[in-house]
Amino acid sequence: MTTHAHSAPHFRHEGERCQLSGDWTLTALRSRLLFLRTQLRMSRGAPHWDLGGISRIDSFGALLLWRTWGLTEPETLIMPPHLQAAFDRIRPVAALKPPRPRRVRFAFIERVGRRVLREAEGLLEFASMLGSVMIETARLLVEPRSIPLREFSAALYKTGMQAMPVSALVGFLIGIVLSYLSAMQLQNFGAEAFIINILGVGIIRELGPVLVSILVAGRSGSAITAQLGVMRVTEELDALAAIGVSAHQRLILPRVLALAVAMPLLVVWTSASALAGGMLAAQLQLEIDWRFFLGSLPHVVPVQNLYIGLSKGCVFGVAIALIACHFGLRIKPNTESLARKTTTSVVTAITAVLLLDSVFAMLTRGIGLPVR
Amino acid sequence: MSAPLIELEGIATRLGGHWVHREVNLSVARGDLLALVGGSGAGKTTLLRQMIGLMRPTHGEVRLFGEPHHRGRRRERFARLRRMGVLFQHGALFSALSVYDNVAFPLREAGGLSEEEIRALVHAKLNQVELEARHALLMPAELSGGMVKRAALARALALEPELLLLDEPTAGLDPDRSAGFVRLIRQLHAELGLTMVFVTHDLDTLQALATRVAVLAEHRILAEGTLDQIRAVDHPFIQKFFRYHAAVDETAD
Repeated sequence: MTTHAHSAPHFRHEGERCQLSGDWTLTALRSRLLFLRTQLRMSRGAPHWDLGGISRIDSFGALLLWRTWGLTEPETLIMPPHLQAAFDRIRPVAALKPPRPRRVRFAFIERVGRRVLREAEGLLEFASMLGSVMIETARLLVEPRSIPLREFSAALYKTGMQAMPVSALVGFLIGIVLSYLSAMQLQNFGAEAFIINILGVGIIRELGPVLVSILVAGRSGSAITAQLGVMRVTEELDALAAIGVSAHQRLILPRVLALAVAMPLLVVWTSASALAGGMLAAQLQLEIDWRFFLGSLPHVVPVQNLYIGLSKGCVFGVAIALIACHFGLRIKPNTESLARKTTTSVVTAITAVLLLDSVFAMLTRGIGLPVR
Repeated sequence: MSAPLIELEGIATRLGGHWVHREVNLSVARGDLLALVGGSGAGKTTLLRQMIGLMRPTHGEVRLFGEPHHRGRRRERFARLRRMGVLFQHGALFSALSVYDNVAFPLREAGGLSEEEIRALVHAKLNQVELEARHALLMPAELSGGMVKRAALARALALEPELLLLDEPTAGLDPDRSAGFVRLIRQLHAELGLTMVFVTHDLDTLQALATRVAVLAEHRILAEGTLDQIRAVDHPFIQKFFRYHAAVDETAD
């Protein structure tokens, strides 16, 4: 049972006369639209139109007829008064042309220019944010009361503590794979014992920090960007400013500090589980006892490698947090911008980490690598 | 007169361990301009969400155009929903789309329309809600509060529904704009022969708009009728509701 049964729209064309009946609304027309359009097109020039049988009409029905008539009334038109309003509504808009797209001569140059300017502006904003965060840090020394301890602790827990299971799992698996593949190569040369050197230096110095950075950039970097973005959308950033609290001090600084502290710890944790994975695979594949593996690790891997790994973790953490905050603050209050900036944030953070990593490799090329 | 467009029968709702509604019965006839009033937390918006079908009551049945909400195939259910327009409290415009694309969205979804026709229909809707053509290309974030409501109303009206549900249509508007918006809704009601259900807190809106009032309190519909009939009901909640507003009105004068 329906309360208001739609009566199907009908169209009859006899000689010079067109007779219409039923409901001419979008809902009623929708299922027979193609057919009716064809019928109407064929009766385009007909001079006599009788709308007397139409029970209901909406803007779409009126528009359809009005356009069939060529935007003017036909010679004779029988129209019951209750249909008039719909025609009145569409008459002024039926002939609207789309706004003509603006033509630009050197569109390509303009596009490049805009892009460069936008990136330059972004860089400038990043620099000013960096400066402001440093000033805030300095201010905290004079004004220890406003150290955002709670925010720092919450950020530490979320970015550090909660990342432990996943980073351990990923580290362990990568360790196994790496050890297994290297072992197969080393067996060819009969140099099985070097697995400890390869895994030790490779994981502690290089793989651990980079692996953790990529995980954290994907996990915490995106979260920070999205959170700041939603705070922009819900005007929470404005509310914070209105209360007289600096967003840089309360939101950004704790996150930067938290990642600066959490990342080295995560690096140690992940490197340890990667080494554990490597040890397991070495035991199974090369029958190198894990006690021997652990015992000889300090002898073949100079301790400088650990320091390099830790400082990489700290620097990468700061970079990830700053980049995430930068893009978070640049989000415009719409969903599209939120999505785009979150993606850009993660991609930029990972790229920046890899760039910084190569800088590290250049600066530390003489340290911690014993040449025999 | 045809059967009611919306019928609520024996609605009971349990939310977070509390009964919000216990035995709510209400029917909305074609052509009604029904106001749903009640104290904060009385479950007005919940009831409206149940009418839209966003929420299912714990017990009882909501019938839209004579059919229970969840009956029928997907296609039939969606067709039923398209005969109804909803104006959400904060507009709920798609923030990634311009005003034009927001209004065009339901038309494009309906299918079978050419872009030229969509353009004409969108501009007809914008004219109806008294938005100018130059506003069509703005993004929702660039609109003022009143314009957001108008744009959202244009979108709700895009398919020319028989039924329009409005959640707090005048909340967040200043008195002048609020009066303008009420005038607009009345005009649309007269022009399009719409049936409307709206939730409101505002007594001015209530007086200017409603032909029928339903008071939701104590987990049920306490009273229902014209505004004058409701005023005459001798119940502490209703007396307090109207007296409070009367007192505010006097101090305002």
